[in-house]
Amino acid sequence: MKVFVVGLNHKVADIEVREKLSFDGPKLLEGLLRFKEIPEVKEAIILSTCNRVELYANVSDTEKAAEAVKTFLSEFHNIKRDLLDTALYIYDDVNAVRHIFRVASSLDSMIIGEPQILGQLKDAFEIALEKKTTGIILNKLMKKAISVAKRVRTETRIAENAVSISFAAVELARKIFTDLSRRACMLLGAGEMAELAARHLINNGVKEVMVANRTYERACELADDFNGRPVKFNEFIDEMVHADIVICSTGAPDYILRKNDMQKLMKERKQKQVFLIDISVPRNIDPEINELDNVYLYNIDDLQGVVDANVFERQKEAEKAEKIIGEELETFLKWQSSLDSVPTIIALRERAESIKKEELDKLLHRFPEIVEKDREAIEYMATALMNKLIHPPTIALKESSEDKESLVALVRKLYGIDEE
Amino acid sequence: MGILLFELALTLYFAATIVGIIELFKGTKITSRIILSLAAIGFLIHSISIIYRYVSAGHIPITNAHEATSFFSWCIIFIFFILQIRYRIAILSSFIMPVVFFLMLASTMLPREIKPLTPVLQSFWLGIHTVFAFLGNAAFALACGLGIMYLVQEHYVKSKNIGELFGRLPSLQTLDEMNYKLIKIGFPLLTLAIITGALWAESAWGSYWNWDAREVWALITWLIYAIVIHARLVAGWRGRRAAVLSIVGFLTILIAFFGIKILKKGLHVFL
Repeated sequence: MKVFVVGLNHKVADIEVREKLSFDGPKLLEGLLRFKEIPEVKEAIILSTCNRVELYANVSDTEKAAEAVKTFLSEFHNIKRDLLDTALYIYDDVNAVRHIFRVASSLDSMIIGEPQILGQLKDAFEIALEKKTTGIILNKLMKKAISVAKRVRTETRIAENAVSISFAAVELARKIFTDLSRRACMLLGAGEMAELAARHLINNGVKEVMVANRTYERACELADDFNGRPVKFNEFIDEMVHADIVICSTGAPDYILRKNDMQKLMKERKQKQVFLIDISVPRNIDPEINELDNVYLYNIDDLQGVVDANVFERQKEAEKAEKIIGEELETFLKWQSSLDSVPTIIALRERAESIKKEELDKLLHRFPEIVEKDREAIEYMATALMNKLIHPPTIALKESSEDKESLVALVRKLYGIDEE
Repeated sequence: MGILLFELALTLYFAATIVGIIELFKGTKITSRIILSLAAIGFLIHSISIIYRYVSAGHIPITNAHEATSFFSWCIIFIFFILQIRYRIAILSSFIMPVVFFLMLASTMLPREIKPLTPVLQSFWLGIHTVFAFLGNAAFALACGLGIMYLVQEHYVKSKNIGELFGRLPSLQTLDEMNYKLIKIGFPLLTLAIITGALWAESAWGSYWNWDAREVWALITWLIYAIVIHARLVAGWRGRRAAVLSIVGFLTILIAFFGIKILKKGLHVFL
């Protein structure tokens, strides 16, 4: 019985293919049950998110299972078989377990360290538990994957530090101002990134928001969205005296805020720190302003630099994470191998017992004149003989070795355990 | 016994210093806790050693160089812990512990015998004046440390050079606030030190002010910090400028202290 993974992610397939193969809503339940019905599949879980679709199973024969799963997917989703052959990856045994641990720890995600994947994995597991499509191996595997993910998150710094521009802006704001809830923010202009940054700041405590835009109506709209107040564009410099954080993203072709404007402003603000974020291209805030005391000006490249530095940090932490995963992988595999031999040992004993019983019955049938006392002696001998014969293979099975699977298979073959 | 306690405190401070340096590069919650524990235990033992010396000497143990440096480093840790009540920032200890350790180390190398007090020093003013002076200077020392941390952090933010240390240092606003608080603690202490010094001078030498080198430098220091506070309140000199001023102020204190020792002039030469 081997752990088995079939699937695709954002690295091997683009959105169109992933869409076709995704299992959302009721499709998930139906798909899961159909997946479990495949004869080679003993345990099943389906994980389907916007960035990946993966099928986890415990299978008896990897090759047959691979074929069967591909057929199932092609029929279920109405996709041509050859399209699947190129798009899917297949992992089995050690590689499958390692892959699942990596996915859970967010090492296979688009952004390493993202927190959603673990929750998505837990949900997929719960659904499988509810529908009773898992067994001892996948149950243990999922629980282990979840604990490995937690270990990675606590023992490495993989999930710290912002890796998107708007998060980076908030992270920087926190390094300048302790308490964002007492800060006021001004949004100059509009635009997806600027609005996202403003929203993040609000989510992190900023309560007062001013919005200035060349079109006053637009300013009012955005101000409404953010629960702030609109400001007339030609008055924005005056109002800036109240703003601790300014996000600038207008389409102006030149600087709208110059050094001497800022100097006057800082005097009025009594030198209270100001964080200026200039996302516009071309830049709207004179870069020389960064030279002023207590003013911190970041443009889009600077923010990207913060993000890149953090991504680099995360890569380093990812290496640590791989080490942790390697350790846990060993532990899991040891557990798994101990499991394999036990049913075989039991089966071996049962086979031996049944042979003993069979022969004893035959003997007594043949020679009914054998007395009770002799019968007991014969039975004693038969048991002793049986135990001596199955002892060495039992011991061999119990000791873990490299080639556990082959040994198990061999014992089963030699003693005819599977021929029942 | 007193020596044993002193050496023990010294060792603990040394350990805390080492962990503090490690914290700068690889800080975790565990290292923070270790530093604070080591510093706290060291402080306790240090306090006991000072009390022990007080009892064996019969007078306040701040009359020779050894005692003075020891007590000064004690004051620094004392104010550090008071600050920790409000601002739990363990990484400050990475900057403070080396200073404390070196002071203690210097203290070990200075002569320790307990000598009887000269007649001038046999006054109840001894304890009051010197304790005010030392506590005030300790506060200014910490303010200087915070000023340095501010400039370091500010450099990171301004130059967009995001390193690991950047993540571990507290926000600029916090550093600035702490710096201000320390100056607000130190300034009244220094004022009281000057006043009690004058009163003591009156009872010992007959006049409140003698234009002695130390007195003059104390006044200059007082003026500098008065300017710092004034500038903060009125002219909005916060952030970078305040940090620089607090470093300058403490440098003045250091120059005064060592300059006078080297020149050995004036009435104030006891140490």
